[in-house]
Amino acid sequence: MSKRVNTPLTDEAVKDLKAGDRVLLNGIIYTGRDAAHKRLVEMIDNGEKLPMELRDQTIYYVGPCPAKPGQAIGSAGPTTSGRMDAYTPKLMDHGLRGMIGKGLRNQAVVDSIIKHTGVYFAAIGGAGALLAEAIKEAEVIAFPDLGAEAIYKLKVEDFPVTVIIDSQGNDLYKIGKEQYKK
Amino acid sequence: MREVNVSEITDVVEKLCIDSNYYLPEDVKNALEKALEGEESPLGKEILQDILKNQEIARTKNVPICQDTGLAVLFLELGQDVRLIGGDLNEAINEGVRRGYEKGYLRKSTVDDPFMDRKNLGDNTPAIIHTKIVPGEKVKMILAPKGGGSENMSALAMLKPSDGVEGIRKFVLDTVEKAGSNPCPPIIIGIGIGGTIEKTTLIAKQSLLRNLGEYNANPRIAELEKELLQQVNNLGIGPQGFGGRTTALAVHIETFPAHIASMPVAINIQCHAARHLEATI
Repeated sequence: MSKRVNTPLTDEAVKDLKAGDRVLLNGIIYTGRDAAHKRLVEMIDNGEKLPMELRDQTIYYVGPCPAKPGQAIGSAGPTTSGRMDAYTPKLMDHGLRGMIGKGLRNQAVVDSIIKHTGVYFAAIGGAGALLAEAIKEAEVIAFPDLGAEAIYKLKVEDFPVTVIIDSQGNDLYKIGKEQYKK
Repeated sequence: MREVNVSEITDVVEKLCIDSNYYLPEDVKNALEKALEGEESPLGKEILQDILKNQEIARTKNVPICQDTGLAVLFLELGQDVRLIGGDLNEAINEGVRRGYEKGYLRKSTVDDPFMDRKNLGDNTPAIIHTKIVPGEKVKMILAPKGGGSENMSALAMLKPSDGVEGIRKFVLDTVEKAGSNPCPPIIIGIGIGGTIEKTTLIAKQSLLRNLGEYNANPRIAELEKELLQQVNNLGIGPQGFGGRTTALAVHIETFPAHIASMPVAINIQCHAARHLEATI
């Protein structure tokens, strides 16, 4: 049974999430992957205003396909999160609370999640067609020169994710593997 | 001698780029269904159901299975009695990729220069082209788009001959364990053993083109494929790394004679969106 959670995330909602929970996200989320993360962190370092308010927001690590006529967005599954690890603690220090991607995170990210009562979700890698169905609106709000790597503002309805690292630092990738190891 | 105009090759490559990204091969779908039956983890089952649902949406709506529509890897078998006319073969292939990725609404994922500017080239060229000259007067093309997530988890080891099967086993299990959830399990593990550094890597990739459910023709190698699959699935990583029985759908091994001093081993990891499609002119 999935839990419905609205974005922007609240302290209360995040504390209620446990590693392994299936969640349906509703509201606004932002996309950002390698190149956008690099730019956001450079902007923070230079004291510039960011293209969006980060407070309590969720970033989805994705570089979507172009939309076909009639589609809000093309196929849009997650990319490997570990490449964003170098930037994540700084973004969380500036208010970011949720992340959606796939794959392992480093200890600095886990520590940052605990410190800021954050959450790391995974969407199903390789299920880009299915996930795009839950994205109802998409608009590029920054870095259009980056193409698929631009920052999009997405409106999602019942976007399916699984809690990987919860606000206590529990990690489904470790728990699940231990349970089924032979 | 048969004449083939390279513009025909452009047309075929265009179609292969689009169709391979929209329609998951039947053998992969069957392997996922079989995995669903054997999966013990309830969450793992849900994930496999969603993966199957995803390929169905892609097939019926004619959209990419995965947003990472890959680098366009083309295996070209060129009959030695074919005379190509009408232009540059490589340019004709790249034009097919350019058109396919544009018309199919596929993501363009090539960047240059790879360690400096990393500027997106905007048309997903150049294709990665592996050409083999074969007897006959046909042109066979297999297009296998390859995503970055699983490719990044691939590995090469120049093992010593004395490392033997146990050295290979350890390298495979360590590589899969380290990759964990990153390459979008359930994965397919392509292993090349022997040859030189580039040969072993190439045969590892070629092994991924083999139909799932088929084993190496050499029974001793087939036995090792089955053993390794069992051991990989005992790691517990499971669908998407959430824990479960299905970490891999298959292990494919291809071998090639090696130097008396060498035993190179390459592991090419493929995600569950194992896309490849062939056509012959």
